[in-house]
Amino acid sequence: MSSRRPRQSSSASSISDDQIIDLVGKLRQFLPEIRERRRSEKVSASKVLQETCNYIRKLHREVDNLSDRLSQLLDSVDEDSPEAAVISSLLM
Amino acid sequence: MASLISDNEPPTSITTDLVRRKKKKRSSVSSAASSRTSAASISGESNTRWRSEKQQRIYSAKLIQALQQVRLNSSAAATSSPTAQKRGRAVREAADRALAVSARGRTLWSRAILANRIKLKFRKQKRPRAPTTAIPNTTVVSVNSSNNNNRWRKRRVSAVVRLNKKSIPVVNRKVRVLGRLVPGCGKESVPVILEEATDYIQALEMQVRAMNSLVELLSSYGSGSPPPPPI
Repeated sequence: MSSRRPRQSSSASSISDDQIIDLVGKLRQFLPEIRERRRSEKVSASKVLQETCNYIRKLHREVDNLSDRLSQLLDSVDEDSPEAAVISSLLM
Repeated sequence: MASLISDNEPPTSITTDLVRRKKKKRSSVSSAASSRTSAASISGESNTRWRSEKQQRIYSAKLIQALQQVRLNSSAAATSSPTAQKRGRAVREAADRALAVSARGRTLWSRAILANRIKLKFRKQKRPRAPTTAIPNTTVVSVNSSNNNNRWRKRRVSAVVRLNKKSIPVVNRKVRVLGRLVPGCGKESVPVILEEATDYIQALEMQVRAMNSLVELLSSYGSGSPPPPPI
């Protein structure tokens, strides 16, 4: 069980550019805006990273909104356990 | 996935139950991980993992259990008037925890989410419990990073991303910002942050899908009309 400290590279020079390009390329395919463009079209890495940050923030906001709505709904529905059991059975 | 059977038991307390489950799975994960990393890359596996219908069902079931727990807790603590914001935040935390559990301990961000909860719970009790759950799983991460070069040499496709020599500090800065957004990756190296981000985005998308369908279900149920069968 070795600790992972010796394997971590903290300086940028020890990471190859190709590695970064590959990783960012993989990241790119999950982004909705860039995905719609043609795949052969090259996109700069910084733009992909910027879009990624924006997308994650947007997803966080959506989850926050959804959890607010869920909490309201839970309070309104919340009488008894039979309802929760029905919902669970519907989801299975 | 035989461990799914254990998910059906009603948890008395979510976090202690998670600690118990993580300890049981610890040995099986670390032994199976070494064989699994050579067979499939993490990104290829995560592609199918978070997009599958089955994963969404698993997550939805966990989410419902967690939400019931939240409801019990909020009704028990009736002294403090729970504001809407607090309730919303409690739901968000429960959803994140359920998401982290669904990740099955293979990613940094999921372990960080769960470790934060465990640290909060055990702050007054023994300290060393938090590291013991984290350390055995880090061997999985180190094995992955050492195999990275071999995997990418085999799957070489034409790069569709441009990287200028002058923009490397810019890229690094943006990766740092990204690392702060993904839980648990604030101090990691660049490739680790990028890997975690790909998995985290897919998990978040699944979380949004599952919560959307749950909200639809509850709202249609509340209005009295029979809800449509789930797809």
